[in-house]
Amino acid sequence: MKSSRRKFIKLAGLTALGWSVCPSLASARSNRYRKIPGALKADRWAMAIDIQKLSDEVMQKAIEACHRLHNVPDIDSRQNVKWIWVETFKTLFDDQVHAHQMEGKEKLPLLTLCNHCDNPPCVRVCPTKATFKRHDGIVLMDFHRCIGCRFCMAGCPYGSRSFNYSDPRRFLNNDELSPDYPTRSKGVVEKCEFCAHLVDQGERPACVEAAEGVLFFGDLSDPDSEVRRVLRDRYSLVRKAKLGTEPQVYYLI
Amino acid sequence: MYDAKKIIPGLIIFALFFTFPFWFNLGTAAYTTPELELPDPEEHEHCIESTEYMRAEHMAMLDEWRDIYVRDGYQEYWSELNQEYFLTSLTKTCMDCHSDKEKFCDRCHEATAVDPYCWDCHIEP
Repeated sequence: MKSSRRKFIKLAGLTALGWSVCPSLASARSNRYRKIPGALKADRWAMAIDIQKLSDEVMQKAIEACHRLHNVPDIDSRQNVKWIWVETFKTLFDDQVHAHQMEGKEKLPLLTLCNHCDNPPCVRVCPTKATFKRHDGIVLMDFHRCIGCRFCMAGCPYGSRSFNYSDPRRFLNNDELSPDYPTRSKGVVEKCEFCAHLVDQGERPACVEAAEGVLFFGDLSDPDSEVRRVLRDRYSLVRKAKLGTEPQVYYLI
Repeated sequence: MYDAKKIIPGLIIFALFFTFPFWFNLGTAAYTTPELELPDPEEHEHCIESTEYMRAEHMAMLDEWRDIYVRDGYQEYWSELNQEYFLTSLTKTCMDCHSDKEKFCDRCHEATAVDPYCWDCHIEP
């Protein structure tokens, strides 16, 4: 067979084409999985908290619902694990507090959780991509991948992340574990995940269900959503806006 | 041969060491597939894929499931064998039928000396 430069280049071109096309053809048949048909969809999930309606009772109900569902232990020390918890106005909005604040407002207890930032520093610093941002804006943890380096805890300006210093099952009632969600293991970081697993099943987050009418959850890109409606009507704040993390939990003042 | 007095005993010692696992285990019982407690065949004709496939590939399947569930949000798996969708969930799909971990999962894992850490976090039903 007579070989020539022209023929060789033709063959090389065809080979390169085949190499680039075949893998994408192979992956095109991966329709073995689907999302649950009734899943809630959004371009940018966000939450709004009506601080005028927040009472101790409502906050405890929201915390209880979340921590029960996700098997979050209650540890009586600085190693406690928190997904959603109570903090004073002064702690949450320390850049908004001044010396002549209305009496008592500094100590006003408010609910706080992961802000699911649009520009999340925890995702940027994670060396294993255990923390990642979904297309719908939820900042999610893949506990399987977490190596417990705690860069994300250093990166998060809101203190929304907790580390498991020991096996969390030691602090949970093992007969009353919620079967719908795993516990974590020692050496893993965890945080609120806007109940991504419930959203994918077509349900709203547990805290929103528990604190009906006080917490609002919806799609920020949809002008008719509940969240957009309350944000239009009321003045709102986000935590540490100047840092540029673009937090997506809004406090209605 | 030079130094045959050293080389030949050396070779014998090497051969003995090399075959240590074989003659050390002589006379002990051979490996047998553990007896597993399977779900009622009346109710469930087969698993979500063929038995041979599940036996060889269940760990790869679970690994794929956890990635596709957590990272991409796909919660259902199409089973060609059953012509049906199943939840991509260890505890809700697999252990819905294979509900006794000790009599199913553990027996093989112990016999083959593997120690998967699924249940460190996931809760047995």
